[in-house]
Amino acid sequence: MKIIIDKKEYLAEEGQTVLDVCRKNGIEIPALCYHPDLGVKANCRMCLVEIVGQKKLQTSCSTKVFEGMEVITNSVNIRRARKINLELIVSSHIEKCATCIWDQNCSLQKLAREYGVFINRFSDRKKDRPTEFFGPAIEFDQSKCIDCGLCVEMCQKQQCNVFEVKGKGSETTVTAERVKDCSYCGQCVVHCPVGALQGKGEWQEVEKALNDKNKILIAQCAPSIRASIGEEFNLPYGQVVTGQMVAALKKLGFDKVFDINLGADFTSFEEAKELKERLEAKKLPMFTSCCPAWVRFVEVFYPEFIPNLTTANSPQMCSGPIIKTYYADKIGKKPSDIVTVSIMPCTSKKYEAKRDEFKFDDGTPYIDHVITTREFAYLLRRKGIELCDLAPEEPDNPLGKYSGAGAIYGASGGVMESALRTAVEWISGKKPESLEFTKVRGQEGIKRAEVLVGDKTLKVAVANGLGNAKLILEELKKNPKTYDYVEIMACPGGCIGGGGQPVPVSPEIRKKRADSLYNIDKEMKIRTCHENPSLIRVYDEMLDKKPELIEKLLHTSYLKKKTTKE
Amino acid sequence: MPAQDIIEKLKDSGLTGRGGAGFQIWKKWQAVIDAESSQKYVIANGAEGEPGVFKDDYVLDKKAKELITGIKIAMETINASEAYIYLNQEFFKKYQKPLLKLIGKDKIHLFEKPEGYIAGEETTLLNAIEGKRLIPRLRPPYPTTCGLYGSPTLINNLETFYQVALIAEDKYFGERLYSIGGDAPKPGVFELSEKIIIKEILEKSKNLPAFDFFVQIGGGASGEVLNSTQLEKPLSGTGSIIIYNLKKTDLKKLLNYWIEFFAKESCGQCVPCREGTYRLRELFQQNKQDWSKIGDLLFVLEQTSFCALGGSVPTPILSFYKNIKEASDI
Repeated sequence: MKIIIDKKEYLAEEGQTVLDVCRKNGIEIPALCYHPDLGVKANCRMCLVEIVGQKKLQTSCSTKVFEGMEVITNSVNIRRARKINLELIVSSHIEKCATCIWDQNCSLQKLAREYGVFINRFSDRKKDRPTEFFGPAIEFDQSKCIDCGLCVEMCQKQQCNVFEVKGKGSETTVTAERVKDCSYCGQCVVHCPVGALQGKGEWQEVEKALNDKNKILIAQCAPSIRASIGEEFNLPYGQVVTGQMVAALKKLGFDKVFDINLGADFTSFEEAKELKERLEAKKLPMFTSCCPAWVRFVEVFYPEFIPNLTTANSPQMCSGPIIKTYYADKIGKKPSDIVTVSIMPCTSKKYEAKRDEFKFDDGTPYIDHVITTREFAYLLRRKGIELCDLAPEEPDNPLGKYSGAGAIYGASGGVMESALRTAVEWISGKKPESLEFTKVRGQEGIKRAEVLVGDKTLKVAVANGLGNAKLILEELKKNPKTYDYVEIMACPGGCIGGGGQPVPVSPEIRKKRADSLYNIDKEMKIRTCHENPSLIRVYDEMLDKKPELIEKLLHTSYLKKKTTKE
Repeated sequence: MPAQDIIEKLKDSGLTGRGGAGFQIWKKWQAVIDAESSQKYVIANGAEGEPGVFKDDYVLDKKAKELITGIKIAMETINASEAYIYLNQEFFKKYQKPLLKLIGKDKIHLFEKPEGYIAGEETTLLNAIEGKRLIPRLRPPYPTTCGLYGSPTLINNLETFYQVALIAEDKYFGERLYSIGGDAPKPGVFELSEKIIIKEILEKSKNLPAFDFFVQIGGGASGEVLNSTQLEKPLSGTGSIIIYNLKKTDLKKLLNYWIEFFAKESCGQCVPCREGTYRLRELFQQNKQDWSKIGDLLFVLEQTSFCALGGSVPTPILSFYKNIKEASDI
């Protein structure tokens, strides 16, 4: 159908909203409570437009198009109403810009500037509201919350239901009622339009560590960071900046920069081994366990499935202990002389790093600090480091080499594909026909496939988003034979859509980031974990000589956790 | 009676909803008939949360038999298997027993409304029955196609069902219920033509005061304020007239009462209402009024609120200033 927006004709489809059509055609309309992943809320009342023939202003997010509709997106009344509503929103959000990692990257700031809002026209009314902590992973500053409810719905979608809206009128409060049920996935964080929800800040500690000359500081980035960090510096969505990322970490002052892609290769290697053993012992289905939010979801809500989780450590928990043993040994240091910092797309990884299972006997943690992609960008901005201007650098040796299998870990389906590339070869005795298991790729919430492994057919399922994970678990509860091998990522699209990633995020942006990871893999010479020379060296020089270390350093265990109800 | 016959009768009668919005009844009923679903509901809204309005009390007290008849006609006409009578806490306590007796074995449930003004709004009412947060829903979809538990639902005011019963028996003569209160000489509920002007309503009910007065029509919070020379028009919206004795009324207190009411009853869902009513209260507590701010707030409340609660906040305030300001120093 045809509709008219600001006197120009546009094509629109039945069912689209005015906001859809405007955004698709580059007509800017402010909207704080709208997110393409979630339902229309229409409560911030910012996306106002005039529809010719209607008396009042209408919210474009909730107004469906009709043939011949005439829309005005800019008028004196529209600007006036948006400005006043914005002043009211700002008065329910305490500006803590100087220490907020959204500073200069904040939709509220941007709108306030655009509409010339005097941010103190109405006094801040939430200054006494508390900050709540969700374990060691997330902080929720209620004095910044604008009551839009996006976090509430996102958390419901994730089936954790941590939040509740209490009270009414100006007493309305979004509270974290069931914080024990939190998986720490951080989806609330990336769907919060105003930074009220945030990864628990560790950048301060990392900045401090960077000034400590007595320690050896080692950084390592998760597979998906290189495809998203550029967005924080206005590069196109999904642009890969591996070399600049490494250079930026060096510039920040890290002594060595390794790569969690190598850790991912260790995970695949151990996981493929376990898959082979479980197939022989018929102890199926096996679940991936590299996503700590998923692991926690099982431990809290479905402890009966704990035996199904692979015991192989997650990538950062493979490379972490390898750095603090193998590499420490090489340079004649103790684990406690080294500070390891992971740059992760994730808030749950902060929690994983604090788990007791991931410590040496003397209490030294495998990973000292976890910062999110956003925190990493914030540290760079604080130091005035322009990522785009840096000359690319290579990660350090000997733990900087990785395979294409490790590179795709950040996309939903990538972990399973990586393990299968190796497992199929080990089980059938010959290389798989194609290394690309395209049936498990893509952004759909659940992907089901059958994979030929030698003379066996493996039934596999890949789910992203905990709501989808729940569906898979419920299927398995009814019939445990439904699947043999299951990959779950807590976040939509996998780590590329993680709770520590840059905002905004949308289905299109996630797809671009994922495509980038598959492109990295495509260009790689080595595309299976067991061919990675760095990995082979570590097994040759250390792990195969002391096989007990494999269990100790690269495998873990899980424990039932209490829910809020217990 | 066949559904189409009832619809024809409703159409001929010209009956409009008695809840305040004044929508043509037959259109609403037809929309529910046209909605395809194996499950449909009828809800009689007896929230009556608007201060100073008490005509539904009268229906429950004096016309309960007709009310139930009206509901049954609706159920039959739209093919609903179940109905709810949604009652505020006072009504629920007072009328539960006699209503249950009248209902007998029919599948008409009584539902006690949770506290709060907004719970009377028709989509919030759906959330209340479903046990959800008490906030209005987005429209569309309208309850007529997607209402209670997602099924097509016919929601009408209690009085509407009473009028439907009259229409079915050809006893409807274009009258409606007016509740007249406040400083009225003879407060009560009166059944009079819906076409007559306000002044005539007051005369016929022997309520035209001898003292200086002003009125608020359509409800004691969201209703419009008129002075005694402005009564030459019929009453639209909720059938309610509140009479204020001009000399005896503390005007400042009245103004603050309205503002306090809205700030207290705002559900908190949308920005202009949640924040705007809070700020209005703040501003009116100051000695000197900042009309640049007040004007801005009333503008966004009127233009951009999610539901009619926020949208109606400017009505009493602005009409008060416009129509009886000379009488006051506020």
